[in-house]
Amino acid sequence: MTTEEILGRMTDVFRDVLDNDAIELSRETTANDIEEWDSLAHINIIVAIEQEFSLRFDLIDIKPLRNIGEFVDLIERKTS
Amino acid sequence: MASDTLEQYFSYPLNPHALLRKKKALRRELSKRPDLAEKRVAMLGGSTTAEIRDMLELFLLHAGIRPVFYESEYNRYYEEVMFPENGLREFDPEIISIHTTSANILQFPSVSDTAETVDGLFSGVMNRFTDVWNRIEQEYGCPVIQNNFELPHYRLLGNLDAYDIHGRTAFINQLNHRFAEEARRRRNLFLNDINYLAAWFGLERWHDRLFWYSYKYAMNYEAIPLLADSIASIIKGIYGRTKKCLVLDLDNTLWGGVIGDDGLQGIRIGKETPEAEAYTEFQQFLKELKERGILLAVCSKNDEENAREGFTHPDMVLSLGDFAAFAANWQPKHENIRSIASTLNIGIDSLVFADDNPAEREIVRAQAPSVTVPELGCDVTKYIAILDRTGLFESVSVNADDLERNRFYTGNADRAREQEQYASYDDFLRSLDMVAEIAPFSSIYLDRIAQLTNKTNQFNLTTKRYTLPEMQAMMDDKRYITLYGRLNDRFGENGLISVMAGTIKGVELHIDLWLMSCRVLKRGMEAAMLDRLVSKAKEQGLSGIVGYYYPTAKNSMVRELFFDMGFSRIDIPEVDGTVWHLDISGNYSNKNLFIKVKP
Repeated sequence: MTTEEILGRMTDVFRDVLDNDAIELSRETTANDIEEWDSLAHINIIVAIEQEFSLRFDLIDIKPLRNIGEFVDLIERKTS
Repeated sequence: MASDTLEQYFSYPLNPHALLRKKKALRRELSKRPDLAEKRVAMLGGSTTAEIRDMLELFLLHAGIRPVFYESEYNRYYEEVMFPENGLREFDPEIISIHTTSANILQFPSVSDTAETVDGLFSGVMNRFTDVWNRIEQEYGCPVIQNNFELPHYRLLGNLDAYDIHGRTAFINQLNHRFAEEARRRRNLFLNDINYLAAWFGLERWHDRLFWYSYKYAMNYEAIPLLADSIASIIKGIYGRTKKCLVLDLDNTLWGGVIGDDGLQGIRIGKETPEAEAYTEFQQFLKELKERGILLAVCSKNDEENAREGFTHPDMVLSLGDFAAFAANWQPKHENIRSIASTLNIGIDSLVFADDNPAEREIVRAQAPSVTVPELGCDVTKYIAILDRTGLFESVSVNADDLERNRFYTGNADRAREQEQYASYDDFLRSLDMVAEIAPFSSIYLDRIAQLTNKTNQFNLTTKRYTLPEMQAMMDDKRYITLYGRLNDRFGENGLISVMAGTIKGVELHIDLWLMSCRVLKRGMEAAMLDRLVSKAKEQGLSGIVGYYYPTAKNSMVRELFFDMGFSRIDIPEVDGTVWHLDISGNYSNKNLFIKVKP
């Protein structure tokens, strides 16, 4: 899976979970850039990403991620 | 989102991932629905409840209830109840849901404890909860939905854990046993059986330690929609919003094969083959559903003669007499389902449709979206599990009327046949030898009075809903005049079928409640009820009765009731409906002509 593909499917997840079709993700996007991305929504995002990419995060994985780029890298690592 | 797309999120079996992912859009769409009844729900948690609240909101909105939530701070369920000045009192909850789990058992026995110490620990846990329930009873008197306990995530003693007094498994089982006893004893305590839910979901998956350590959720995230659905089923039961009738296809649903093609000898039912046995067990399940008060109906594409012949099979568990309605013809199924609802005088939204054919399910979903259509599949070995897990028929108690209900409806079919033989409808009514008992609310009938009040939609002038404690308060308060009505005739009992209640203000009685079960429509019972209300009001020296009609989507049949009963309309602009007045200061002549009312 290419980075673009991962980013595209992550964007779908974010749009669904946050109910906002205007969301565009880039590697630099952080939680501060998206108003609806609060702590409860974050759990929904984690769960939806796990389902979307058929993977399971572990305790170490879900330590705070600084931006979407780190999230993409994590998914890449988990799915490779 | 189109309504059929919306419905698919709530059809059974549930898809937890889809619900969690689309939560916000679903909430937005469901909130647009008209006629949502607002309810104040307090969620008091022993662990994080945010997602449970969100999911519960979806299921309640879907059932026509708009919850307003109060959420305790993390693990403050005990303090919130015992020290309500924190905000719970001001919120004035109508329902309290206590979300505790095995994680809230502060101290389990350790292997070196004496029997006395173990008993002490047990009483400690029990007292904490009985304190909470007692306080809620005194302070709010509202229904409490209480989780029991799921089994622990490890067993220090292995199998011995289940029976040694030091075992956690044994400790939890004993607590669950006591919780059940308490719930049987307390009218307002309803158990949410997470012990069953966790077992069904899979205990290993349920105990997701990562989510516990990371977010303090006491269960797997995927289990949360199921947990919320379970709480919602109880709330729907409390407010009488459960389904009343299961409409069934015949070929490959009730029996294997197609009666029209395979003939009576060819269909599979009985004990001869595994397939036949599976259909037999499914029919036994349906028979049990019927015995606990769910109406059964047939809706099948078949020649009526063939369909009826199927029930002459010697191994058939269900018989024709088990069905309150029977539609076997070649009309589209959604049309038959509509006529079944009107024959039985129940709302179409109280029907559930079970059919092995995906095309028929789709057409009913599209053409009659208020009918619930579970994804039954076409594998008979799964039918019971799918219907049972929906919680659609969940009720919070089983009362005598539930057990008799099918008989009432079957009696109705006999009455309908008889009606055709009389010259006039009046002659027919006279021939029924109806006898009514009309009296103030009494404790023995209070469960049924509350149930009828909360589920009657059509013959209901005000559609006000009351909890059991509220009805109890009305019963005990001299400022109210309350009446229930029971009706018998020569075909049998109809049970408790009508409720009236009014508030005395000055010299007038204001009618808060007037409702009647549709199974006794057009029998003149409403006149008998009004007569008794007037005589009670006169005894109290009142000179007038004020009636209110609040229109809803379902109660247009009683729009002119007050007019028909001789009330005159008065205009009160701020009332969202019509207001009526009846002068009873002079002579009042009874309106009931056909029913003998017990003194």
